[in-house]
Amino acid sequence: MIRGENLSKLYGDMPALSPTNVRIREHAITAIMGGSGSGKTTLLRLLSGLEKPSSGHVWFRDEEISAISENRLYELREQMGMLFQYSALLNSLNVYDNVAFPLHEHTELDEDIIRTLVTMKLEQVGLRGFEAMMPSELSGGMAKRVAFARAMAMDPKVVFFDEPTSGLDPISAGVITTLIKDTTEKNHMTSLVVTHDVHAGLAIADHVILLWQGKIIAEGSSDEIRQSDDERVQQFLEGRPDGPIPFSRSTTSYVDDITHKPGTVRMEA
Amino acid sequence: MSDTSMNQPAILNLFGRMGRYTLTRLERIGDATRLGLHALVLIFVRPWQGKHFVLQLYALGVGSLIIIAITGAFTGMVLALQGYYTLAKFGSESLLGAGVALSIIRELGPVLGAFMVIGRAGSSITAEIGIMRVTEQVDALEMMAVNPKQRILLPRIIATTIAVPLLIALFDVIGIWSGYVVGVELLNVNPGAYIAEMVAKVTMHDIYGGWVKSVVFGFMIGMICTYMGYRSEPTTEGVAKATTQAVVIASVGVLIMDYILTSFFL
Repeated sequence: MIRGENLSKLYGDMPALSPTNVRIREHAITAIMGGSGSGKTTLLRLLSGLEKPSSGHVWFRDEEISAISENRLYELREQMGMLFQYSALLNSLNVYDNVAFPLHEHTELDEDIIRTLVTMKLEQVGLRGFEAMMPSELSGGMAKRVAFARAMAMDPKVVFFDEPTSGLDPISAGVITTLIKDTTEKNHMTSLVVTHDVHAGLAIADHVILLWQGKIIAEGSSDEIRQSDDERVQQFLEGRPDGPIPFSRSTTSYVDDITHKPGTVRMEA
Repeated sequence: MSDTSMNQPAILNLFGRMGRYTLTRLERIGDATRLGLHALVLIFVRPWQGKHFVLQLYALGVGSLIIIAITGAFTGMVLALQGYYTLAKFGSESLLGAGVALSIIRELGPVLGAFMVIGRAGSSITAEIGIMRVTEQVDALEMMAVNPKQRILLPRIIATTIAVPLLIALFDVIGIWSGYVVGVELLNVNPGAYIAEMVAKVTMHDIYGGWVKSVVFGFMIGMICTYMGYRSEPTTEGVAKATTQAVVIASVGVLIMDYILTSFFL
């Protein structure tokens, strides 16, 4: 359904994603996992069309979304939903208006029907009765659940989830994870989940892509990933501090740096 | 090695930096123009943004009324005081009304009014859009198939273009009236002479010139402040920097455009 060919992204001179081929399976959950700064969110933003790749192409069905007109992209996006890492609720609107926003924008539905749909979506995330609250009055977890309800408001065909469980308590994280799995199955959705939550990612994903330093290092079903004999994969899954993936990103000698004059920075190629 | 050859790399470096700086500025002007025009073209595209335009017009216009009224009043009062003592030296106190009205309508109303709108509303436009960038609300609109240029930029640009001339008209009226109060009530200028000279000396050409300036300033403020917010770096510091730059660039832009337009309308 969605595929990227030779996708790469540079921010200035810094490569965030090396040339990568990726295929997102239809009616399934694909989890993109990897440590911080591995290029997960960059890949998600490229596949959703929020950013243009430095090289390569993104295809949504048979249309290249990195090359189509802005109008056509908006038409395609009516079939998409996205849950942002920090919820991205519209500050000036209350919970009801946030969830109803896509329905008001893209449908001619009667307000009574919209109200019913919003109530159903909010019930799904356990926030029925909170319609009048403003985003500033919600906790992080509540905001994320409202954002989930909003992403689902139009019953999209494709949903992008950017760190859906980060910052949530275990119960809320469990609710969101279950919701992603259930709605994907019931609505025959295609879900793309970016997460570094190994437990949640492997539990719900039909297909897992593991990134490190902007490159795909492993790909397959959850079981295949679990059984991978790649040391980097096992280190990530087990959360071991020692292994081929270094915790420290410094390229200079620690001893040299701390014995250097304070306030000076030595950069080496 | 001679001094000249030693200095050459430094000079080349200086020219290089100047060139890069100029190119970057030109690139930003081009980007701002393209973004603003892109937003303006969307005025003809559904869905119409009438509700959002009215909300912005209210926030910009009604929200700036008091500051415009106060600035207009004190500008007129100071002009009357200064003008009276200058004109009195030539025995031409009767020209006070014409002097105050012409200064305010042609120059001070549009420029000071624009400055007040930049400080009061322009900065908040940039900060608001910048914060929407930081909190990914702009991306959220994109993903909900709502064009942020049409929803965020367009209503604000149109609102400033309409609100600024109206606010400046109010500034002019209050300024002339407060000049009258100071001149006639405080300094005993003949009220008939004040009004008669004002009516005789202020022409439609002066009013038209002031009106054109205020429309151009309003459009400029909208374009600059929305652009700076929309292209701000999505960090707290980035938004603060963009807000400061928007105020500085819009204020300097108003002064430069004021000179250009004045040279046309003289």
